[in-house]
Amino acid sequence: MEHFTPYSSLAGGIVIGLSATLLLLSGRIAGISGIFGGLLPAKSGDILWRALFVAGLVVGAALFPVLGGNLSFLNINPYGFQETSHLILLIVAGLLVGMGTTIGSGCTSGHGICGIGRLSVRSITATIAFMVVAVITVFVVRTATGG
Amino acid sequence: MRNIIALLSGILFGFGLALSGMVSPGKVIGFLDLTGNWDPSLAFVMGGGLIVTLVSFRLILKRSQPLFGGSFSLPNRKDIDTRLVAGAALFGLGWGLGGLCPGPALSSLAYGNIKIFVFVIAMAVGILIGKAITGGFSKQNETPAPSPS
Repeated sequence: MEHFTPYSSLAGGIVIGLSATLLLLSGRIAGISGIFGGLLPAKSGDILWRALFVAGLVVGAALFPVLGGNLSFLNINPYGFQETSHLILLIVAGLLVGMGTTIGSGCTSGHGICGIGRLSVRSITATIAFMVVAVITVFVVRTATGG
Repeated sequence: MRNIIALLSGILFGFGLALSGMVSPGKVIGFLDLTGNWDPSLAFVMGGGLIVTLVSFRLILKRSQPLFGGSFSLPNRKDIDTRLVAGAALFGLGWGLGGLCPGPALSSLAYGNIKIFVFVIAMAVGILIGKAITGGFSKQNETPAPSPS
């Protein structure tokens, strides 16, 4: 557990909760797959707030190191795949994440933070389902790659 | 005003994801790797988020209208269907493979890695495929049975 970061993770989670709170004060749910998916394709009159939110995500993440945050922990290829294999893995993963969040109406933020925040039975069910499958997936990949 | 709120909310969210460590697939996989060198950090991210939303959402939704105008656009379904669970399972599979979910993927475009960019493009294609499968081009999330348009 040498990488355990309880304080910054808890603080980050609280900031995410505050973000979702702020957005709900304007009537909207901070479900990122839904906000981003609504831009594909974009409908007139429903573009600006979505684009601003997504741009905000990038700005907020960029601000972190600017304000002195340490990003040395960033590890994009945790399984240690060779470059080409990793790129293919990310394409497959991206397709699955896009399809799954669209078909299942939400992701970690929409179901996990906002939906559970509303005690939605659908969101609690979806969160358990994607967590369980993700844990099994990691176990299988770890086993297959001998990690 | 609601557009400014969306921008501020996005900035907070992206900053929170970076601070929490969730922008790193290594951190995510470390959390999901229960039988390996388990890193429980991400439980603290979700816990931190839920401490806030479990209280604030209850207070906010007591009002009939949002403070900053507009109306509440909330999912209203209560039933558990195959689509919900199958979609969540597909998402879990992709999340476990890449260690990236939509928020951290979009946020970490800030760090200029081409692989993240490729992931986001693939995710966008996946969303379009998902909409084609569910007939979702005519509706938003969580509305009941799609109607052809």
